[in-house]
Amino acid sequence: MTVHRAHLETAVGVDRRGVIAAVVLRTGVLGALLVSWQVAAAYAGSPFFPTFTDTAARFWEAWPADPEVLTRHLLPSLARLVVGWTIAALAGIAIGTVIGLSARLRDYVDPIVQFLRAIPPPALLPLFIVLLGIDDGMKVAIIAFGAIWPVILNTADGVRSVEPLHRDTARAYGITARDQLVRVILPSSAPRILAGLRVSLSIAVIMMVISEMVATINGVGFQLVQAQRNYLYRDMWAAILLLGVIGWLFNGGLSVVERAVLGWQRGAMRQEDR
Amino acid sequence: MSDAPRLAVSRLHHEFAGRGDSGPIVALDRACFAVGRGEFVAMVGPSGSGKSTLLRCISGLLRPTAGEVRIDGTVVSDVPDALALVFQDYGRSLYPWMTVHGNVDMPLRRLGISREEREERISASLAEVGLAGSDHRFPWQLSGGMQQRVAIARALAYKPVILLMDEPFASVDAQTRADLQDTTLDVWRRHDSTVLFVTHDIDESVYLADRVVVLTGAPAQVQAEISVDLPRPRDQVETLALPRFIELRHEVARLIRRPAAQAGAT
Repeated sequence: MTVHRAHLETAVGVDRRGVIAAVVLRTGVLGALLVSWQVAAAYAGSPFFPTFTDTAARFWEAWPADPEVLTRHLLPSLARLVVGWTIAALAGIAIGTVIGLSARLRDYVDPIVQFLRAIPPPALLPLFIVLLGIDDGMKVAIIAFGAIWPVILNTADGVRSVEPLHRDTARAYGITARDQLVRVILPSSAPRILAGLRVSLSIAVIMMVISEMVATINGVGFQLVQAQRNYLYRDMWAAILLLGVIGWLFNGGLSVVERAVLGWQRGAMRQEDR
Repeated sequence: MSDAPRLAVSRLHHEFAGRGDSGPIVALDRACFAVGRGEFVAMVGPSGSGKSTLLRCISGLLRPTAGEVRIDGTVVSDVPDALALVFQDYGRSLYPWMTVHGNVDMPLRRLGISREEREERISASLAEVGLAGSDHRFPWQLSGGMQQRVAIARALAYKPVILLMDEPFASVDAQTRADLQDTTLDVWRRHDSTVLFVTHDIDESVYLADRVVVLTGAPAQVQAEISVDLPRPRDQVETLALPRFIELRHEVARLIRRPAAQAGAT
């Protein structure tokens, strides 16, 4: 009993030291990259290729320091991203669960899914514009369409590979279908589902930018294209930096959710390793 | 109706579809046996003798090809309400994303009993298996023996008419196995429950049961039934040293080996 607990604590201690080392290493690599950017850009002295400090300064002026730009361009972008990605997540989990549960349905649907997901979503932009117009609805739709496939595939995979004994146990105890879904199948598939959500998030950011590059009057993508067309290269770089920050922040948020939802999995895996 | 045994298995037959043109594979050949009210029956047979198939048919997880299972005289057609199952593989039967409390509570949720009664049953059954106060730990924070105790507590809290145990102690160490055997006997006596205990361990079957059903051959058939007339309460030291215990385990061992010897002779 006590031995057992001592083991756990050692494992956590090792883990913490490992985390600190990883953080140091990561910031170190990032720092080196930024320094080389700075040096290379300063050496090149090209207007198309501003230094990091220049870009960062411009980024600060153009985005965080300008409330008007934030409400006119950043907020609409984020709203499209969040709504589109949420639709992709919910619909993807629902469709993926149904496909994962039924082997027969999987046989029917799989070729369609494989075909649709093979189409590069940006190629569908003209089609979506023709069908849905150019307003926010179209942008949300194309973000959702592009981002849904990894969620569907990962969810279906996760649901299909639920431990058979977990399901047998639930059946033997006569646990209701709803409880089986909510308390057994979905939690068991959660690691896969979250992996799918992570991939779909980066696709959603890509689709957000692309949908804002044509026929729009606001958004980060719009600002990016505007800057390029007006030869405002520092603004262009600043917008790119902003997109990186957006993706990074969303990914970080998802990691926090992941840690909370999958705490059991990390613990169980650590236990198996010993 | 009240004379009907708690569990009656009659001519239970199961065939799996074979691969290619090998024809169906018979896993279970017209097995017949019964378990009376309050009886502790152990079913013993070599690995691969169709014990699990039999148990899966009884628990409704598998539909038998022919034959029937009756509980209190009523034919079982789907997963019966009255059963609780404890599997060998506790690690894959408990839900790692739920605490011990959540795992025990899980089957109770649909019973339509009050929150208070559920909580009462959970703490009572955890206390019975010696895990009082472990409610908020996760299964993977517990040792193998403790995890299997959680699985037993989960079955107890469900208050089943019949407790089915499928080689529950096959993957724990010897000392833990002895402890778990005694916990099982304790629980059985206190609740006056009916237990069908499947094992491949002859000593275990004789130590625990009122009656041992010997399953042999492929396809599995009920080879014999042996009454275990050892005094209760049983004791890990004294009972195992009784001459009668040794006799009985020899008898079971002989029965299990016989068909193999016959097959060897022909």
